[in-house]
Amino acid sequence: MELVFEKTKGLRDKTTHYCPGCTHGIIHRLVAEVMEEMGILEDTVGVASVGCSVLSYEYFNCDMTQAAHGRAPAVATGLKRVLPEGRFVFTYQGDGDLASIGTAEIVHAAARGENITVIFVNNAIYGMTGGQMAPTSLLGQKTATSPFGRDAGLQGSPIRISEMLATLDGAAYITRVSSHDVPNIIKAKKAIRKAFETQKKGLGFSLVEILSTCPTNWGLDPLESLHWVRDNMVPVFQLGVYKDVEEGK
Amino acid sequence: MGKVLMKGNEVIAEAAVHAGCKYLFSYPITPQSELVAYMAKRLPEVGGLFLQAESEVAAINMVYGAASAGVRVMTSSSSPGVSLKQEGISYLVGSELPAVVVNIMRGGPGLGSIQPAQSDYFQATKGGGHGDYQIPVYAPATLQEIVDLMRDAFNLADRYRTPVYILGDGMLGQMMEPVEFKEVVNEELPPKDWATTATRGDGGPKLTNSLFLDPAELEEHNNHLQAKYAKIKEAEVRYESYLLDDADYVIVAYGTVSRIAKNAIKEARNQGIKVGMIRPITLWPFPEQPFIETRDRVKGYLTVEMSAGQMVEDVRLAVEGRKPVFFYGRTGGMVPGQEEILEKIIEMAGGEQ
Repeated sequence: MELVFEKTKGLRDKTTHYCPGCTHGIIHRLVAEVMEEMGILEDTVGVASVGCSVLSYEYFNCDMTQAAHGRAPAVATGLKRVLPEGRFVFTYQGDGDLASIGTAEIVHAAARGENITVIFVNNAIYGMTGGQMAPTSLLGQKTATSPFGRDAGLQGSPIRISEMLATLDGAAYITRVSSHDVPNIIKAKKAIRKAFETQKKGLGFSLVEILSTCPTNWGLDPLESLHWVRDNMVPVFQLGVYKDVEEGK
Repeated sequence: MGKVLMKGNEVIAEAAVHAGCKYLFSYPITPQSELVAYMAKRLPEVGGLFLQAESEVAAINMVYGAASAGVRVMTSSSSPGVSLKQEGISYLVGSELPAVVVNIMRGGPGLGSIQPAQSDYFQATKGGGHGDYQIPVYAPATLQEIVDLMRDAFNLADRYRTPVYILGDGMLGQMMEPVEFKEVVNEELPPKDWATTATRGDGGPKLTNSLFLDPAELEEHNNHLQAKYAKIKEAEVRYESYLLDDADYVIVAYGTVSRIAKNAIKEARNQGIKVGMIRPITLWPFPEQPFIETRDRVKGYLTVEMSAGQMVEDVRLAVEGRKPVFFYGRTGGMVPGQEEILEKIIEMAGGEQ
């Protein structure tokens, strides 16, 4: 029989714990496929962060180090700076981890131009702890800790990480993509590939922000969640390339 | 190589280099600043790297990353900075990563002062961060002892896969003394086959981790850590006995305070009071044996610290109520003088001799 599809070798044979309709699974697969296609699974150390994706260390088929909440870029810095040439280091972080408790670490890793790749999964909410407001939660968004909707006067406005980091000289490639439909997923994979290629070329810090879903904590079904990303998140977190040193951008 | 005159903080740095440490991740803080400045110049000479982190929190996590890749790595700081590192130290413990953490203590609490203190004894010896763990703590008293202990600290860290503290105070960091770096053949250590360096055909993927969601697994992991601590207590205790054989009274002091206490002991002996000293070199594991050996024959113990009384609790545990344990301490950066200690000795011995 002709083999028409094979699961990527970049993922281990494990059933993930992610909720139905959560796009972590898709994003894991994209990262894993890129590592497999580039032939770097045996050259890569991934850094798992705290939150739903902490267990990514169970799924990626490469060496993994689990970091404290928000500290993945610092851990990745330590790894990358001492590993021999030719090794790849990436972090996989959610928005609570990267954009709240870990802002200092991500800003300074980017400022130093750490030659690492950051996969930043933004679903505008804390998942693992039960749906609290994230720094990326939208104005008016109801969460466990913003029950009346996020109010700019009370809780501030959503942080746009990609735009912020793109102002730093050390950042080589910063882009925001989305996982809400097939065309965007294909673009997301291209962006992840480019980020790893950026690291391979030694150009500096690369980050791919991927808009993602949280049906469980948003209280929406999987399809509604994809639409919610498209209709509510994309207008606030506009997709596009924010920094690309190769293109002079 | 003969003796060279160096500053304490620089001695720590050079001794670490001699021990094979090529990586330092730190954040500037007084009174350990000379250490990072020295390493910023020195480490590139040995093909290593000093990286100034954006915070103490980031520094200890860079250490975590480097240690997970299997290299000898160190961070250095002073009291308020070491408080910030506690989260990362707890993770190092949980993930069983070797590293050396230097704390050149200053007065506290809060921002405190930049003057010498021993106020972080509890933090260093009783866990410090969250969880249920111990960390070996070396407390050198002289700069030459720093040279000798740094290698032991790195070896112990590697052998047991644990962070290790070097606990000094601002005085030790700032003083100058002649030291000699002897070339030593390092002991054989277990291979770091656990390191997450990318798999490279050496078997399945490896994991550095401190998360165990299954309580039974976490308890097993904790039992494993406790078994390791039992081994460390068995094999790694260090202390110095000074004039203990005929002593009626025993001073207990560590680090720089022990040096001042020695002078007070000499003076007390001139006055006819037989005083000796137990100087813990490892604060954890705490040396209980010299107390077991002396507590039935001496008349009392006097613990002297630059704190409001921290090590004295371990002394009392070791003496088990069999003899009185007195305490004398200064805090906030004030250093106990020889005369003050002598007065306390005379008081303990029942007044004017």
